[in-house]
Amino acid sequence: MPKRTDLKKILIIGSGPIVIGQACEFDYSGTQACKALKSEGFKVVLVNSNPATIMTDPELADRTYIEPLTPESVSAIIARERPDALLPTVGGQTGLNVSVELAKSGVLDHYGVEMIGAKLRAVEIAEDRRLFKDAMTEIGLQSARSQIVKNMAEAKECLSAIGLPAIIRPSFTLGGFGGGTAFNTEEYEFIVSRGLDISPVHEVLVEQSLIGWKEFELEVMRDLADNVVIICPIENFDPMGVHTGDSITVAPAQTLSDKEYQQMRDAAIRIIRKVGVETGGSNIQFAVNPENGDLVVIEMNPRVSRSSALASKATGFPIAKIAAKLAVGLALDEIPNDITKKTPASFEPTIDYVVVKIPKWNFEKFKEADPTLGIQMKSVGEVMAIGRTFKEAFLKATRSLEKGKTLTSEKVFPKNLDHFLVTPMPERMAYLHYALCADWPLEEIHRRTKIDPWFLNQLKEIVDMGKRLQEHTRADLPPELLRECKRQGFSDQSIAELLRPAGGNGVSEIQVRQLRREAGIRPVYKRVDTCAAEFESHTPYLYSTYESECEANPTAAKKIMVLGSGPNRIGQGIEFDYCCCHAAFALKEAGYETIMVNCNPETVSTDYDTSDRLYFEPLTFEDVMEIVEVEKPDGVIVQFGGQTPLNLALRLQRAGVPIIGTAPESIDLAEDRKRFGRLLQDLKIPQPQNGTALCPEEAREVAAAIGYPVLVRPSYVLGGRAMSIVYDEASLDDYMRTAVEASPEHPVLIDRFLESAFEYDVDALCDGDQVVIAGVMEHIEEAGIHSGDSTCVLPPVMIDHVLLERMKQYARRLGRELKVVGLMNIQFAIQKETVFVLEVNPRASRTVPYVSKATGIPLAKIAARLMTGEKLRDLGFVEDLRVRHCFVKSPVFPFNKFPGVDTVLGPEMKSTGEVMGVADGFGIAFAKAQLSAGLRLPREGTVFVSVNDRDKPGLLPIAKDLQSLGFRLLATGGTQQFLERNGVQSERVFKAGEGRPNIIDLIKSRKIDLIINTPWGERSRHEGRAIRRAAIQHTIAGITTLSGAAAAANAIRTLRRENFTVQSLQEYHHAEESQRTWLYVKG
Amino acid sequence: MFAGRAFGHPGETAGEVVFNTSMCGYQEILTDPSYAGQIVVMTYPHIGNYGTNEKDEESQRPYAEGFVAREFSSISSNWRSSEELESYLKRHKIVAICGVDTRALVRHIRSLGAMRGVISSVDADPDRLMEKARSARSMLGCDLASWVTCKDPYAIAAPPRDPAEEKFRVIAYDYGIKRNILNNLLRIGCDLLVVPASTSAEEVLSLSPDGVFLSNGPGDPEPLGYAVANIRKLLGRVPVFGICLGHQLMGLAFGGKTYKLKFGHRGGNQPVKNLLTGKVEITAQNHGFAVDPDSLNSNEVACTHMNLNDQTLEGIRHRNLPAFSVQYHPEASPGPHDSHYLFDQFKRLMLKFRKYQCPSEPI
Repeated sequence: MPKRTDLKKILIIGSGPIVIGQACEFDYSGTQACKALKSEGFKVVLVNSNPATIMTDPELADRTYIEPLTPESVSAIIARERPDALLPTVGGQTGLNVSVELAKSGVLDHYGVEMIGAKLRAVEIAEDRRLFKDAMTEIGLQSARSQIVKNMAEAKECLSAIGLPAIIRPSFTLGGFGGGTAFNTEEYEFIVSRGLDISPVHEVLVEQSLIGWKEFELEVMRDLADNVVIICPIENFDPMGVHTGDSITVAPAQTLSDKEYQQMRDAAIRIIRKVGVETGGSNIQFAVNPENGDLVVIEMNPRVSRSSALASKATGFPIAKIAAKLAVGLALDEIPNDITKKTPASFEPTIDYVVVKIPKWNFEKFKEADPTLGIQMKSVGEVMAIGRTFKEAFLKATRSLEKGKTLTSEKVFPKNLDHFLVTPMPERMAYLHYALCADWPLEEIHRRTKIDPWFLNQLKEIVDMGKRLQEHTRADLPPELLRECKRQGFSDQSIAELLRPAGGNGVSEIQVRQLRREAGIRPVYKRVDTCAAEFESHTPYLYSTYESECEANPTAAKKIMVLGSGPNRIGQGIEFDYCCCHAAFALKEAGYETIMVNCNPETVSTDYDTSDRLYFEPLTFEDVMEIVEVEKPDGVIVQFGGQTPLNLALRLQRAGVPIIGTAPESIDLAEDRKRFGRLLQDLKIPQPQNGTALCPEEAREVAAAIGYPVLVRPSYVLGGRAMSIVYDEASLDDYMRTAVEASPEHPVLIDRFLESAFEYDVDALCDGDQVVIAGVMEHIEEAGIHSGDSTCVLPPVMIDHVLLERMKQYARRLGRELKVVGLMNIQFAIQKETVFVLEVNPRASRTVPYVSKATGIPLAKIAARLMTGEKLRDLGFVEDLRVRHCFVKSPVFPFNKFPGVDTVLGPEMKSTGEVMGVADGFGIAFAKAQLSAGLRLPREGTVFVSVNDRDKPGLLPIAKDLQSLGFRLLATGGTQQFLERNGVQSERVFKAGEGRPNIIDLIKSRKIDLIINTPWGERSRHEGRAIRRAAIQHTIAGITTLSGAAAAANAIRTLRRENFTVQSLQEYHHAEESQRTWLYVKG
Repeated sequence: MFAGRAFGHPGETAGEVVFNTSMCGYQEILTDPSYAGQIVVMTYPHIGNYGTNEKDEESQRPYAEGFVAREFSSISSNWRSSEELESYLKRHKIVAICGVDTRALVRHIRSLGAMRGVISSVDADPDRLMEKARSARSMLGCDLASWVTCKDPYAIAAPPRDPAEEKFRVIAYDYGIKRNILNNLLRIGCDLLVVPASTSAEEVLSLSPDGVFLSNGPGDPEPLGYAVANIRKLLGRVPVFGICLGHQLMGLAFGGKTYKLKFGHRGGNQPVKNLLTGKVEITAQNHGFAVDPDSLNSNEVACTHMNLNDQTLEGIRHRNLPAFSVQYHPEASPGPHDSHYLFDQFKRLMLKFRKYQCPSEPI
């Protein structure tokens, strides 16, 4: 089938900010789609609110809109751009939902835009559980017994037919949000009522629980000629009951006979045809009864998904890229397989290795959250590893997680063994390991976990190997055993831990490494080639293993290796992957061969297209060193991948690896509080008083000398992990006892906390001599809130010019002094007239993509060039970069996934993603950013205010402002009295304990349009939390800081005056006077 | 030389070393008579995970000479399993080896072509082993079908079905037939008589069948001159359908030539384009020889299917006579079911022939 020629311009909708359940895999799919469509000659218009994506790089699409993903804003873009078609299937559930709304409301018809890939009807059948179930019944496939209910009475009635345990799934929510499994009636009623509440259409599906059944996923591609192929069967290690995003998953399926697999394959083909998804990438989930092989269809995603990204990386078959080409009419057999070049895409990949994905959770940041894994996804990232056997892949994936521990050293409480085996939680693997070490029979473990015995047996073989190791010391370890261990996937580190110490001396990783090398035991690299070596591979997509033949075939070219950032986690996410990709792009342009090392399957960096050579490997010293020795790169870049590669920098350098860019010593100097403090003194740059401590006693002394409150944190972490503001000695002791585990080799840092200060982030480029300031970002929230969680604006709107210049001066001084080559990020705080340096990070920061989008200058690309020795001047940069419009970045939080967790912000970062709002002025830019983050600022209505005593004076102007805008003010007792004393009239509303209707009632009945609520301190924490939770649940804009409230009031004032307009980045940066489309946004 | 660990039956075995890229279906592969004389290397590293069972047997016993995998599972985990692979291999005296770098072995075969090899757990002397491999029998020019064909004819009646539906009497030549081919013929309503490879055309015609089926089988089609001669006599007298070796014999009977592929096609992911409909089927394949399309008279024979990986011929039909064949395995087992329709096509051909004595089916 030929490519369609009636389409010229195609709109792609992205997936918005990174949230749990929707991460950078959709940047990967969207980026692939953009590239594929452009290469086929189509004009591409892209919209996404997330600036930290590669897909929003202006060169990827013809027009790039960083605008809210709301129907209003996307229809304004459609009105402006008049695309011929809309590709709704590469932007996750967000992209699909917006597309569906546009189709249903008639916008697409009105502008003559065709939905390609999946038509509205197909999406409806796939997404509507009732339609889907009927469709399955029609084609003779079983689905779980279920019923849709719209109220509690119906729910109670259907229970007898469904039975307990039952799964409750609210309709039309993302990532299983709001659902759960009920084991008793009480729990059932609770989850049903919560689900009814959360579902936008107020309905839930009550479904027979298939807990304990085996779970599989198939990735299906279909073209317009109705050819269908299966890309990969994936088997979940964790059986049904745990969301697949929270499951360890394995490709290909391991425990299915061909008869069973083909039955599933046939079913998948019938499903995609029945549902009517025209062109693939669809994901279909199945459950299989381990007792009799009964096959039940769970669900279908009529779009590319997280699993598609995984399947693409697992097989080398680029699902999203091919899906985009199929959507414009090409047939599978007309598209070549990139990897073999000679064979077509109309085949089913076969693999000769095993792929294991393990999720990564961040529960340590949400102490109040329930870590039980169920049907709602809770993980924030994942790693993937490739090995020739399951054991090897599993162990590689385990060390890719960067937990700082090996399975053997993980802490377990034997008392809780049963509980941790039965209840799936992040710790389950450690308990499984413990049970296997204790020689529990596999049947017993299977009975509790329902994990397939084949997997358990694999783990047992790992444990048995460990036991064999434990019988040896370093001196008497037979090389054959060492080889066998390495072949099974053991790291040098874990071998060192397992070997029996001799003469009281433990064994170090380095000693094992030496032993291994003396015995000539080195990994080889095999290729991921889609075809199990049947055809020659032309794409160096490699993984390590211990076999006989190496296929790396390194070239003699000038080459640079980029170390990636590993699994996404709060504090280290897509922004760093963005920088790594840019380094690869820039260096390729500059004529280098580029080599990427990373283990995160969701990313663009692990696309085999991004760099010349891709090593899908754990980012540990051992694994990186082996690659370096095979490739012998001319330079290795560690400053783009966040803390992960930085933590390796010094060791790599000592081992002779040519680290380019800022020297690891400078990085170390910036992290070393004492040396850095001296440097600042020498440079006459103020810093909050500070000290370091290794034990509680020392901490007390330091804190007493500095004076409370103090900010405490471990060194060498990102995202403010375990960072806290401490007001007294008791809390300090408490902190020291619990936080030391966060980073055992480094001391705790103690800083004077600057109250009522404002923070600024400065990103700068430096070539060792010259410094160019790329951007100064002003935080909206006051100091004390993690910079990643703070809304910020670029350029600053409140700062005094003199102070701004002083910050820039300090930045220049620091850049030169630290001999930064590449990027540098400095955090400043301004208290009264003093500019303090809070910290300096001589590396790419989280804000690099944001500043790049705002300035139109690809900072990471420039930085990469600087690292290879080019100078700023040569690249044409002498002046500080200018920002012409107003760019506001807002964080996005996962609070809606963690019921019961307080939403108050603090020094520990909690946001998973970010969005950007762009406009000519602050008000609209801020409002756009808020809207993109999911908060619609009201233009009128009722504001509820309730603040702590410290904040009361500051509330006054804001309250007056809001009142003058016509808002009705409600306040709790104290706040109301304070306002009244100061001449602002407000109505008193009850707190929860004071009477009914109280504030929670008002929120639930949607009588409130905006909530301003600053934390009241420990005593009434519960009340404040209840209010904030209610706001989250009912998606009412809730603001927890005064400065945030002031910004909101400012934005509302502007919103009442003018409307949103949409404009593309290309236009912003070319400053063309373009025709604006006026867009009305409902208040 | 690839050193590994012995598995299955201890001992020594020699044969042509070939690789199969299917990720599951090892029992069907082992018991496919087409693998007679061959040592099979599985490209997927984990083999044996789901054990073995009686239903997955494609014939009476395993025919592969030897079996190679990266890792054999020490347990089986599947409700269908009745025996673990290791004891199954031992019971059938199949010599196997694991722990070798199978990917390196596959790449070796891919670049140098299918070659003879030996697996031994009793002799570790490289020179002697090399000699043994060299003296192993070559596939070329060897009539392997006569080894694996049934000794005596046997009948299988189609399962009871709606009396309104047509039934057919089909004679199936057994050159090494797979059980699932029989199952599929039964499914379309054939009463089957399976006959030895050497059965004469006269004997077959004397039974006045509705159709004749030419089965798959091992090795080189050329030495099977007697089979080709029989097929020539059948052509035009009765609808004929051939699979794999049956297809190659059909090609020879049509006057074409066959040749040995460098390393063959063995796996369940081969894309085949149906040139009549333009649709792509994902097919199961297992063949080391192919029919040369240029050797066929295009006025008489139409090429109906083509392999999209290497453009080799995958299916033909006669333009004037009721006969067609495919190189791949529409019965699958193991492999995808995309091509089941070919059995129905055979059924339609027999129906039409019965009704009109129509010489050819316009497909």
